Amino acid sequence: MSLLYNTAILLGKELRTEFRSRELLTTTAVFILIVLVLFSFAINPGTEEAREFAPGLLWLAILFASSLMFQSCFLREQTNDTLSSLRLAVSDPFAIFLAKLIANTLFLLLTELLMLPFFAIFYNIPLWSKLPVLILVLFVGSLGISIAGTAISAISAQARMRELLLPLLLLPLLTPVLVVSSLVTASLLDREPFVQWKGIGFLAVFDLIFLTALWLFGEYLLEE
Amino acid sequence: MGKRIILGAVAILLVIAAAYASFYVAPEERTMGVLQRIFYFHVGSAWAGMDAFLLCFIANLLYVWKRGQKYDWLGVSAAEVGLVLTTVVLITGPIWAKPAWGIYWTWDARLTSTFVLWLLYVSYLLLRTLIEEPERRALLSALFGIFAFIDVPLVFFSIRWWRTQHPAPVIMGGPGSGLDPTMKKVFLFNVLAMHMFAAFLIVERYMLEKMRSEVDILKREAEAQ
Repeated sequence: MSLLYNTAILLGKELRTEFRSRELLTTTAVFILIVLVLFSFAINPGTEEAREFAPGLLWLAILFASSLMFQSCFLREQTNDTLSSLRLAVSDPFAIFLAKLIANTLFLLLTELLMLPFFAIFYNIPLWSKLPVLILVLFVGSLGISIAGTAISAISAQARMRELLLPLLLLPLLTPVLVVSSLVTASLLDREPFVQWKGIGFLAVFDLIFLTALWLFGEYLLEE
Repeated sequence: MGKRIILGAVAILLVIAAAYASFYVAPEERTMGVLQRIFYFHVGSAWAGMDAFLLCFIANLLYVWKRGQKYDWLGVSAAEVGLVLTTVVLITGPIWAKPAWGIYWTWDARLTSTFVLWLLYVSYLLLRTLIEEPERRALLSALFGIFAFIDVPLVFFSIRWWRTQHPAPVIMGGPGSGLDPTMKKVFLFNVLAMHMFAAFLIVERYMLEKMRSEVDILKREAEAQ
């Protein structure tokens, strides 16, 4: 019970810090927008090609954006020297991770929702009718990205060259998320759309496995 | 020291004998001919590489649990040797694939997950170079190694279940259920030889890492004085 209570308090802190400045959200949203525009310059897709490639591009943009977004996750605690007080304050260090990964998922999801209209317009893809399932896919995918990303950002924050190291460690780890969520999204936005529940289930399994790993090994990531 | 020389000699002799067996003892494959003979070396390296990564994973777990320096040394040694063997797999594969399939590379499940595996362990070794403090390096790289190893089956199944709608080349004459008995013997002999070779390399690398850490300690003591 104290785990949930601690998590709720820490989550409040994360959200307060972000919504005071909204730095992370605006920069990440703009970044996704830039990447989406650049992709369309790079491959210059026709209408049919856009349908085929756009879901993959969207997820690639999300992946890149996340690897930038998670940089500050533990770095902020380190530069302000607040990590040790955080660890003293909670009985279970998993609460720190839980709060951070929920916050990261929320931020990521929020920027995705913000960017979705632009995505639909640029790549000429009608989204409206599939929105509920699409949001579900975005949620399970982003949750997986955030769980792995929070764990890895705790590692990279303690190393040199951390800005480069985080994507280097994180992106190959996220291959399954990219593969599955792109394909699930693609079949959802197809001319004859269908929902790949197996894919959504797989993403949920990915989330669960990494969440368990983080629960088991998280405390060692924060050792001094 | 003596034991290590014997192990090395045995391993190298076994590899030579296995190469001889693959070229001269194993019968010629009907459709692919001489080309199929690379299969023994290729799959032998693949299995030995996988087992090296498995050993690395076990060492990582043991380090997190028991915190002995030796588990860190074992982890890095096994990861490096596994990486070398996987590199062999990734080079011999395309050599075989070009004449057999007509292309060097295809994004099928086994190829892609081997490549992602290779990338993950490159990242693991890179991470180690970017943390100075030995204990922190050992712990954080062990944790990353654990995450990476957990990821491997997920990578494999995600690609196998969702990317195979892109047709993979199917002209796979070689491995399968109907392996000729002599071929099977030669194949298993190759697997044994590559494992011995991997074990020899891991032991040597382990001793090197141990020596490095001892030198490091001596250096620090000298600086402190």
